[in-house]
Amino acid sequence: MSITSLLLLALCLAFVSFIIGRQKAYAVASRNGGTRTLHSLPGHYGIMVGLWCALPALAIIIGWKLFEGPIVSSMLDSAIPEAIHAKGDKAVELYKNEINNLAASGVPSGVPSTEQDASKIGAANRLNSLRSYSAIALMILTIAVAVIGAALAYRKIKTDTEARPIVERIVHFFLVASASIAILTTVGILFSVVFEAARFFQQVSIVEFVTGTKWSPQTAIRVDQAGSSGSFGAIPLFMGTLLISAIAMVVAVPFGLMSAIYLAEYASSRTRAIVKPLLEILAGIPTVVYGFFAALTVAPMIRRLGDSIGLSVSSESALAAGTVMGIMIIPFVSSLSDDVITAVPQAMRDGSSGLGATQSETVRKVVFPAALPGIVGGILLAASRAIGETMIVVMAAGLAANLTMNPLEAVTTVTVQIVTLLTGDQEFDSAKTLAAFALGLMLFITTLVLNVIALHVVRKYREQYD
Amino acid sequence: MSDNKDPQVTPDIPASGEPGRVRRDTTAQVRSTLAKRYAAEKRFRFYGIAAICASLAFLVVLLTSIFIKGWPAFTHAYVKMNITLDADTLELSENPGAEELRAANYGGVIKKSLQEKFPEVKKRKEKKALYALLSNSGEYLLSDMVIANPDLIGQTIEVWLPADDETGALLKSNHDLSKPDTIVTRMSDQQIAMTKTLQDAGETDVRFNKTFFTAGDSREPEQAGIRAALIGSALTLLVTFLLSFPIAVAAAIYLEEFAPQNRWTDLVEVNINNLAAVPSIVFGLLGLAVFINYFHLPRSAPVVGGIVLSLMTLPTIIIASRAALKAVPPSIREAGRGLGASDQQVVWHHVLPLAMPGILTGTIIGLAQALGETAPLLMIGMVAFIVDVPQGFTDAATVLPVQVFLWADSPERAFVEKTSAAIIVLLVFLILMNAIAVLLRKKFERRW
Repeated sequence: MSITSLLLLALCLAFVSFIIGRQKAYAVASRNGGTRTLHSLPGHYGIMVGLWCALPALAIIIGWKLFEGPIVSSMLDSAIPEAIHAKGDKAVELYKNEINNLAASGVPSGVPSTEQDASKIGAANRLNSLRSYSAIALMILTIAVAVIGAALAYRKIKTDTEARPIVERIVHFFLVASASIAILTTVGILFSVVFEAARFFQQVSIVEFVTGTKWSPQTAIRVDQAGSSGSFGAIPLFMGTLLISAIAMVVAVPFGLMSAIYLAEYASSRTRAIVKPLLEILAGIPTVVYGFFAALTVAPMIRRLGDSIGLSVSSESALAAGTVMGIMIIPFVSSLSDDVITAVPQAMRDGSSGLGATQSETVRKVVFPAALPGIVGGILLAASRAIGETMIVVMAAGLAANLTMNPLEAVTTVTVQIVTLLTGDQEFDSAKTLAAFALGLMLFITTLVLNVIALHVVRKYREQYD
Repeated sequence: MSDNKDPQVTPDIPASGEPGRVRRDTTAQVRSTLAKRYAAEKRFRFYGIAAICASLAFLVVLLTSIFIKGWPAFTHAYVKMNITLDADTLELSENPGAEELRAANYGGVIKKSLQEKFPEVKKRKEKKALYALLSNSGEYLLSDMVIANPDLIGQTIEVWLPADDETGALLKSNHDLSKPDTIVTRMSDQQIAMTKTLQDAGETDVRFNKTFFTAGDSREPEQAGIRAALIGSALTLLVTFLLSFPIAVAAAIYLEEFAPQNRWTDLVEVNINNLAAVPSIVFGLLGLAVFINYFHLPRSAPVVGGIVLSLMTLPTIIIASRAALKAVPPSIREAGRGLGASDQQVVWHHVLPLAMPGILTGTIIGLAQALGETAPLLMIGMVAFIVDVPQGFTDAATVLPVQVFLWADSPERAFVEKTSAAIIVLLVFLILMNAIAVLLRKKFERRW
């Protein structure tokens, strides 16, 4: 029985328990003179029984699934020949993987050709039988726990059972747990990234990573292989990221800011109502679409343009990726700036107009300086988005780690390298894959710092005029 | 702004202190710069309009370029063939079983029928060029027909077989086929001439491309479809919804209705705001390290994709839900409590139903974001080349944006139009979701 159907079964049982529990609550009530003699509403008794049925069952299913893999794997050890055990843990791991694949693809029924194959097929058969036993055991256990839980709660239904507080305590716990998931996620991100990055820095020194200028993450597959020691100097990646993000900001800030100023100060409310959602569409288009547009339309266009004025432009130029990324970010800048500009008190504008300033003078000399902190916060948020943007650069920027500030050449970025390092064949312990996590750590820290500063600035600014 | 030194606005007051003179000077000064200031005003206003127009122009260019590129992919060219299904060419025995019928030489009968159409083609190389005009998916088509109705063997049937992607592109375009040197294509002049013969004989037709919606991925552009990706997206999105909606609503209710003002709550709030701005690829790293390498959940599976995307969309939905809960006036809560409801009863019976339209709007917007997301899914291995339609949450699957990414990388020219067409489908879904969100907001929005 698959996990999905087991979960559905547990839910059905819980629903049935709810109905039965409520029924009994009504029955108890009618024996004692109406529902008002009950401590809680009949529905609360039903929910209590339902929760007692579902929660232990869910806990069993989740716990079982978490520990099933390791336990089955250790039980499989006995089926692995001594010769392999003697070769060390890596060989055992490899052997287990082969057995896994064999078990998943269906064990061949014919006569095995060699003795090793025979032992493998035996192990695969054992794995399959262990798994099916485990599935049956889980099913029986789940149903048993659900029924016992429901029965226990069912017996507790009396006029003075405080069902509502019990249910509300459980629900409250669920609410707190849900709110804590945000923290769990952050901790999870930190742990996974820091842990793997630490393993990377055991193999490659952190100084080389942060200050090295050569990036070629190909490590040797064989020990005696030539010319592939791998070097992990991340400076070209940081510079590439910086270059593309800078181009994006050069596009996004003027366009976004001027649109925001016009919409907030000049446009009629009707124009605003039409133009604002239209601009927001730019932010709603998936980034993979921008990537396709950049690689297929913008990059060749820039190249042709460069050729016509005698400049050689790389077909994966930073300019193409940066420009398209800038277009994507325009609505972020414009909507964030729009918010802060409209938050500037009208009295300041009136004062400026009263002194005879034109509208544009008011905007430039009164409104803009007053809104500046908030605008800077918005721009920082947009910059953090540009730094973390992945698909556009993966599709339109290059893979070669050139250390250059020339926007017409190809550069690569942190996110591009993370994707390339992790989407190929991977061996989880190699410096190559671990490097992706080190880059991820850098990315996470950078964007986190930018976000914290930006959110702080924006919040400070809001308090100022509230 | 008291220290404004701009002479245009605040003229220096002369030391002599003669009020009449000052006024005349100021007026004169203001008058003389007025034209310049008005020009600056006009320029400034123009910059604003130009910025908006440029941004909207980008949008229009982006959408039209994709639409123009993608539109042809919704149709495909077919060629009328008279095919004789004789058992000899099919290499069938007297009483063929189902397996034999499936493996029969359908390519042979198609080639034979093509030769009948072009009897003048004799050389090996020319024959090869001729066979390349049709897609080899025609074989599967015939195979399906014969398996469904084995009586067809021995008969001559008239079928429309799909053209090869290059031939199809030629037939769909309005090029003048009699001038082969004006056409940019991988086809040879001879192939173009053959195509022209077929077209002139009225034996070609351009029809709606059903394959695009019914097939999975393929290395052959004319056989590639988005069905597998669509189902994969649906499964992933379902997991995302089932996880993120209840958790986000619960978190929002706790933070808005029950949370005490303390450090822990502050920490949670700061965390949520930060998570909303963490790059999506970092969530992919989390998924890879925790769910795949630690918990050993299956790679490329919708369930892992759904979990990762729900962690990513949680902040969006929580923030929207909190805003919706906050908009419900306190009087509702007070009235509920006054009638003896418990705090939770007030929330579940009164506040939540009133906030529901806003919460649903936020959820749909969050899910639309998840539908378009690619980067984290690349990290958990959803980039694999997957032909089969996924049957469940743990099958290997791909999703629509990842399919776009994969096709965009393919060298065949016909994949460009497939990619654009997949993008059009993706955008249609996004527009639909956003339109539903807007309608929900319009219909149920309440001003208190």
